[in-house]
Amino acid sequence: MPESMLLAAALGVVGGALAVGLVVFLRRIVLSSKELGTDAEQATYQTLHLASQAAKHLRGGIDELDAARAGKHLRALLGCDSLAIVDRSGTIAIDGDEAVRPVAERLAAAAIASGRQQVQRRIPIGAWETDAVVAPILGSTGPLGAIVAFASPVRAGLVRATGEVADWVAAQVELGELDASRAALAEAEVRALRAQISPHFIYNSLNAIASFINTDPAQARELVLEFADFTRYSFRRHGDFTTVAEELRSIDSYLRLERARFGERLKVTLQIAPEVLSTVVPFLSIQPLVENAVRHGLESKEGGGRITITAADSGAFAEISVEDDGVGIDPEVLAAVLAGGPADAEHVGLRNVDARLRQVYGDELGLVVETNVGAGTLVRMRVPKSGPRRPSSTGTPDGRLEP
Amino acid sequence: MNPVIGYAAIAAVALASALIGFYGLRVSRTTSDFYVASRTVRPWWNASAIGGEYLSAASFLGIAGLILLQGSGGLWFPIGYTAGYLMLLLFVAAPLRRSGAYTIPDFTEARLESTWARRVTSTLVIVVGWFYIVPQLQGAALTVRITTGLPSWVGSVAVAVLVAVIVAAGGMRSITFVQAFQFWLKLTALAVPVVALLLIVGGGEPPAQLTPAEAFPPAAGPADLDVYRTVSLMVALLLGTLGLPHVLVRFYTNPDGVAARRTTVIVLALLSVFYLFPTAFGLLGRAFAPDLAASGEADALILLLPGRLVPGIWGELLTALVIAGAFGAFLSTSSGLVVSLAGVISQDLLGGSVRGFRIAAVVSSLIPLVVALSTESTGLAGSVGLVFAFTASTLCPMLILGIWWRGLTARGAIAGMLTGALLSGGAILGGPLLAAAVPVLRPFLEQPAAWTVPLAVLVTVLVSRADHRGIPRGADAFLTRLHVPERRVH
Repeated sequence: MPESMLLAAALGVVGGALAVGLVVFLRRIVLSSKELGTDAEQATYQTLHLASQAAKHLRGGIDELDAARAGKHLRALLGCDSLAIVDRSGTIAIDGDEAVRPVAERLAAAAIASGRQQVQRRIPIGAWETDAVVAPILGSTGPLGAIVAFASPVRAGLVRATGEVADWVAAQVELGELDASRAALAEAEVRALRAQISPHFIYNSLNAIASFINTDPAQARELVLEFADFTRYSFRRHGDFTTVAEELRSIDSYLRLERARFGERLKVTLQIAPEVLSTVVPFLSIQPLVENAVRHGLESKEGGGRITITAADSGAFAEISVEDDGVGIDPEVLAAVLAGGPADAEHVGLRNVDARLRQVYGDELGLVVETNVGAGTLVRMRVPKSGPRRPSSTGTPDGRLEP
Repeated sequence: MNPVIGYAAIAAVALASALIGFYGLRVSRTTSDFYVASRTVRPWWNASAIGGEYLSAASFLGIAGLILLQGSGGLWFPIGYTAGYLMLLLFVAAPLRRSGAYTIPDFTEARLESTWARRVTSTLVIVVGWFYIVPQLQGAALTVRITTGLPSWVGSVAVAVLVAVIVAAGGMRSITFVQAFQFWLKLTALAVPVVALLLIVGGGEPPAQLTPAEAFPPAAGPADLDVYRTVSLMVALLLGTLGLPHVLVRFYTNPDGVAARRTTVIVLALLSVFYLFPTAFGLLGRAFAPDLAASGEADALILLLPGRLVPGIWGELLTALVIAGAFGAFLSTSSGLVVSLAGVISQDLLGGSVRGFRIAAVVSSLIPLVVALSTESTGLAGSVGLVFAFTASTLCPMLILGIWWRGLTARGAIAGMLTGALLSGGAILGGPLLAAAVPVLRPFLEQPAAWTVPLAVLVTVLVSRADHRGIPRGADAFLTRLHVPERRVH
């Protein structure tokens, strides 16, 4: 009977998982009773544990949702009845009795205004009374908010602890802001790295066009239009991502302009799997590879050469490669450039693309370059089809184009 | 039957698939013309590819077998398999394409902003894929046993190893071309024999073994249908199509949502045409080969009928064509599944490296092989139907609610998927045992979709509503992206 075999297999798996779970659980119980140490050690551990739990939620700032999650741990840390975290704009997150809201609002406003810690006793809330201690959260730029702890009665220990917790929260929030500005810096860096049209290329193209104006006006007109297309794409200001198809279109314009100079010496082979055409890639991430191949691989080679551009489907990834049979690059020079040589060095386009790929997809998906002097150059990249994990704050990562 | 024909047909199909997979792209798309190189896949091509990937052993062999066994009851399967694409067209195709997500786990993570929701989805996708491959391997076992006389495990092992090698060696680089080729192969392999058989039996030779009245007794007509079972089967087939990992991946090839919709319409048309032929085979079988109507053997009807009705060399050639089509079905569906499963596994567990993809491809072919070897087929269409029921109860509620309801939260989705998985999985695995104890429950356990899908949806909605964390922060932006049509460059 196949059903009974399947059933037996399923039961076996479930039973095995349960047995493993039971063993792990028992082991933990046995070990924990032995190894937890003295009361003081346990208290230290407990405090640090609660603090680290709360810290996770404070890094994003003290808006309502995060403050409410952190408040739960902070209340346990202080051992008070209710705890309110109020931010500068007056948003309150309360853990405990909701009835203290108006009092917390009033006390917090006073503390934020004065910047000083206060204790108030015998505050009537409904039918009963409670004491409260309020401490401002003081950041380096002024008060960020306040913490109000309710207990009856408030003892000196709680007053001191509340002040310390408020300082600690301020430190965490500022750390969070530091994280945010670091991320913003990284994003700005990527934007600054966005490839620029080289002045060299503009100069060469215009010269090539000029040489056709008298001899072949139709050709000159075509080239001007290509130039317009190419610059329109490259100067695009919105969106950090595009599709492989768009990128290919720009490469086509670029190569037509280069061909005006190279003539028949520049040959191109394309092998593009249609599945990857709609893959989202960082804006101007393939064109600089082609430009690098032309400028540094083929320009100095006598008789020109061939550029092969392939884009292949590889499961959840798209593999894109640009190969030329030009003069190649000295591996040591290349390693120095990729490691961050002077910004005006040769092959800076490669470094540019490499840095942006690493920034967007992580270090394991940077450029892979195979080259040697006289042996041509093969540059490969692997891009996940699912797009960037961390979409940038501006622009649509799906590569949709605005008209 | 002459075993040489079996060997030759199988070898030819395997070779053709591998060659197109490895070299198809190189031959057809090496150019120096950018216009040619950046032509996207036309909806026709992509629709053929989806058809090629979708038409599995269940469609090629199973439906005819089921009609031979059950008569008109078996007709619900082709209807459901096709109409599932109507649901895909209405609810999923365009928004999913616009989401930019490549796999269902990618979609879940982007929509719900939760790694746990992604993990649960990945696990379900892998389970669904593996259990979908099992019937393909069982179909291969049956085909090899019937046509060459070798022991049945040879067929399963051959298909699993072929698929593992082709996928791991990068042989699905031009997957759209391979799958489109497989679709037209399958269509030809059924259409030509059906037309030939109809011409031959139309001439009165050989005479039918059963008269039409005996072959199709009025008592077994539509009036006899069990309403619950039929509804439940329809729910499973209509909604199950939405969550099939290998089908959804193909929509990524479309450049935009509009093309995704157009592709789906063409798929509907292609499938409607295709399913005429296995149905016709089943009806012919009922009249001319009623002796094959035994459980487990009925699936071989398509392989045996041409040889029985057409004597001599023509019969053998028709048989060879049918065998080639059947092997095309096993290979294309399993390799499509293995590619998408290996993608999910390598991305989630092995860091997304090329090596990881190869390991994952081998693992995803071998695990279903073990299951296929240790179990016995009880009807291909039926076992694929159960996979659809499982998909409909797990991935489908999450997908549809994720696309159309902004209130869905990560916890709600996880709770719903787990509920659906436990209920439908439990009914499928534990059903036979429980049904023996409580016979009243039998139909509910054999066709669980009609109660597991609503329950899964209910749990998803309730848990999402009760989730105090609220909806994900980016939900509105993401839904806007899903539903606002693309603007084109003018």
